[in-house]
Amino acid sequence: MNDVSISREERAEKLQGMGCRRKRVEDIRFTQGKGQYVDDIKLPGMLFGDFVRSPYAHARIKSIDTSKAAAVKGVIAVLTAKDLKPVKLDWMPTLAGDVQMVLADGKVLFQNQEVAFVIAEDRYIASDACELVEVEYEELPVLVDPFKAMEANAPELREDLRGKTEGAHGKRKHHNHIFNWQVGDKSGTDAAIAKGEVTIKEMISYHRTHPCPLETCQAVASMDKIKGELTLWGTFQAPHVVRTVASLLSGIPESKIHVIAPDIGGGFGNKVGVYPGYVCAIVGSIVLGRPVKWVEDRTENLTATAFARDYHMTTEISATKDGKVTGLRVHILADHGAFDACADPSKWPAGFANIVTGSYDFPVAHLEVDGVYTNKAPGGVAYRCSFRVTEAAYCIERAMDILAQKLGMDPADLRMKNFIQPQQFPYQSALGWEYDSGDYPTALKKGMETIGYRALRAEQKAKQEAFKRGETREIMGVGVAFFTEIVGAGPSRNCDILGVGMFDSAEIRVHPTGSIIARMGTKSQGQAHETTYAQIIATELGIEADKIMIEEGNTDTAPYGLGTYGSRSTPVAGAATAMAARKIRAKAQMIAAHLLEVSDYDVEWDIDRFRVKGLPEKFKTMTEIAWAAYNNVPQGMEPGLEAVNYYDPPNMTYPFGAYICVMDIDVDTGVAKTRRFYALDDCGTRINPMVIEGQVHGGCTEGFAIAMGQEIRYDEMGNCITGTLMDFFLPTAVETPHWETDFTVTPSPHHPIGAKGVGESPNVGSVPAFSNAVNDAFAFLNAGHIQMPHDAWRTWEVAERLGLHR
Amino acid sequence: MAKTHVTMTINGQEVEALVEPRTLLIHFLREQMLLTGPHIGCETSHCGACTVDMNEMSVKSCTVFAVQANGANITTIEGMAAADGTLSALQEGFRMMHGLQCGYCTPGMITRAHRLLIENPNPSEDEIRMGIAGNLCRCTGYQNIVKSIQYAAAKINGVPFHEAAE
Repeated sequence: MNDVSISREERAEKLQGMGCRRKRVEDIRFTQGKGQYVDDIKLPGMLFGDFVRSPYAHARIKSIDTSKAAAVKGVIAVLTAKDLKPVKLDWMPTLAGDVQMVLADGKVLFQNQEVAFVIAEDRYIASDACELVEVEYEELPVLVDPFKAMEANAPELREDLRGKTEGAHGKRKHHNHIFNWQVGDKSGTDAAIAKGEVTIKEMISYHRTHPCPLETCQAVASMDKIKGELTLWGTFQAPHVVRTVASLLSGIPESKIHVIAPDIGGGFGNKVGVYPGYVCAIVGSIVLGRPVKWVEDRTENLTATAFARDYHMTTEISATKDGKVTGLRVHILADHGAFDACADPSKWPAGFANIVTGSYDFPVAHLEVDGVYTNKAPGGVAYRCSFRVTEAAYCIERAMDILAQKLGMDPADLRMKNFIQPQQFPYQSALGWEYDSGDYPTALKKGMETIGYRALRAEQKAKQEAFKRGETREIMGVGVAFFTEIVGAGPSRNCDILGVGMFDSAEIRVHPTGSIIARMGTKSQGQAHETTYAQIIATELGIEADKIMIEEGNTDTAPYGLGTYGSRSTPVAGAATAMAARKIRAKAQMIAAHLLEVSDYDVEWDIDRFRVKGLPEKFKTMTEIAWAAYNNVPQGMEPGLEAVNYYDPPNMTYPFGAYICVMDIDVDTGVAKTRRFYALDDCGTRINPMVIEGQVHGGCTEGFAIAMGQEIRYDEMGNCITGTLMDFFLPTAVETPHWETDFTVTPSPHHPIGAKGVGESPNVGSVPAFSNAVNDAFAFLNAGHIQMPHDAWRTWEVAERLGLHR
Repeated sequence: MAKTHVTMTINGQEVEALVEPRTLLIHFLREQMLLTGPHIGCETSHCGACTVDMNEMSVKSCTVFAVQANGANITTIEGMAAADGTLSALQEGFRMMHGLQCGYCTPGMITRAHRLLIENPNPSEDEIRMGIAGNLCRCTGYQNIVKSIQYAAAKINGVPFHEAAE
């Protein structure tokens, strides 16, 4: 084992640890069609459940007749709310402190709401029988527009809450009001804005959209009545939380519930919550003693589970004449649909929307959020977003551009002037956060230089003149966005889900031959955890990543964790992984000293081994130490080499980035072409640059979709008119722009490896960059704020309104 | 429901089965043939996760009845690797160029790219993008999928692959 001939660099490289572009472990099975997703599960005697859904957005149910459906050959059961009542599962709690109907109880509150659940021998029979369930509805007045929700004569949606003046987050002031949430210094902000030399006020909407992972939500429940044990496979971003909720709802001890999240075909926030389909599959299996599978189709996915956004943000900024911001006041009207089914930490009814001061040094700010009910699908979830950060970032980044225009300043220069400076970190924001680290000016400068920002502005000016002279029908926009995220929820002192603190966990076992199995409380849905957690351990323990197996998603074997969403896996479980590895290394040091017959303090760590200080040829590799851990440990030491860590983060992490979009718009067609898109991300320490770049490409593509046309839209009757992929915009390879990625590295000072998380940054940063580009293109024509999404039709309408077609 | 007898060649193996006339090819492949590589993403022919190769064409198996495939020659992702387990150039390319993340679109995407490279062994970037426009991916933003296909094309053509700068 005396491999002194191998250089230290070669030894480090062989580990494939942190910082290298390690190829993904997951790809071996996925490229061969051997992933195992929920719908791939086939159990003996398995039944299939399907929903009867409401065609109306708001109606009273006068009667439900299931007899014809139940008589179909192959139909085993038809469940309605009446069947769920005796087991108290007709309603379920949401993660936001509200309650939600599992199956319609007396009335329906949104189109495609679950009314009855048909369980049959196969999916075709179940679907046929759904058509035979006869439901008699009495239509009620429909409320679609959130701005009308709190009018005096607005229809009352939630009769179950009648007379309740207190909600989960304080006083309700109207029958359609959910909560009012305020942060910051109201009187100070009011005074700052009243005294502002320059002020802006704009209602900035972030429209309703949907995460739409390619795999829909699905589950298989299998109740073993003899053992009293329930096994539940499902598309769960947070399998341990699902187990806790399933136990609380069903009364089955948590130890007898086995939740397994197998491979997941994308989540993006869609798979955090608990849905009626999961509950009905569980109830079906408990009642029938046979496995029940539920798989939603695409229309059900888009119209019933987990919309996102629908935030309407009235934003005011005050500033000095030379462009120094002095105050920020934001009021948000939040449309939650029929039930408040947000998947935020319990104490945060509007998530972390109070990150809305962004990257700027606002001396004072105030945020107020009012949540309302409407006759639309319940939510809203964090679509590739750490709890309303995307909305907040869009709000402040749009508002800064609007301010820049009013001041006659360049939007990049305005940002530069108001940035929180590197020496101000840790920085206390006016709305209560402590930003951990950052160097914003360096990042924006790098971005501006790389893309040739000043030259682009000169070109834009020339083009504007040419447009005015009638020489071109094309206008050009440069969209700048500088975002600060808040991820890695979170410290258990202020973050919990249903009372469980938002720590996360890792358990690492080193086997005698020096290979490792490690398990985490998170769950990858494409983020490459099997690859990247192994890289952390490889560096920490000096064992080759290829010898380290990562397992997640099985609640029987993995330590309890809060799951993967809000870019929390690396900040929280990644930290737990490093901490657990360090416990092992501390023990390994004692074993090494014992084997080398020196004191613990006389050995030092060197890539993959402990060596005697000053005698580098005297060492024990981790592989040798692993073997010794099982047969030759110091007297009094427990044998074995394993550790668990539950990591409760001391703070959130604050990744940031500078995104710049260059866009050309044809005013006659409204078609916008993205000429360049530059994305600089600072996510602290970079574990696998290849995976990071892939995440940025994907997040930017989602952001492109959202900004440029992706929307969940309803007509005035509450019909969802974007319920298929024909109407709901998912970009193909043809429309998708080319992405240029870049980075700076500002490690998090409180994270064991300095990593901050990156998965959601590109969605947060790209939406304002695109929207600012469109707005910037029209700014010289005094178009005012143009709302998203910027599809060709709406953009053409802007040109029409401005008289450009005459 | 009365069943119809069908025979077809799937991944080089001749199979016969009884299917209901309404059974979709994707359900037949996944549930009767236990080939769960092709996936279901939309059931409306938009997403392409269910793409299989049928009689030398890329076909979205969610909108084909199994009875329509009677007598057909079908290749799924499970039939892409060589008999000895060696991965195809595309399977290798997707891993080398990070052309996948959650893996859900991957079987359909690789199956589509397989036919694309037979039809056009030297596609330009635009031709690749147009050629896979019927297959949606929610994770990668397509940039690395394009590179994966370029990698495979170079390998099949026996020429060195030069990765374009980002």
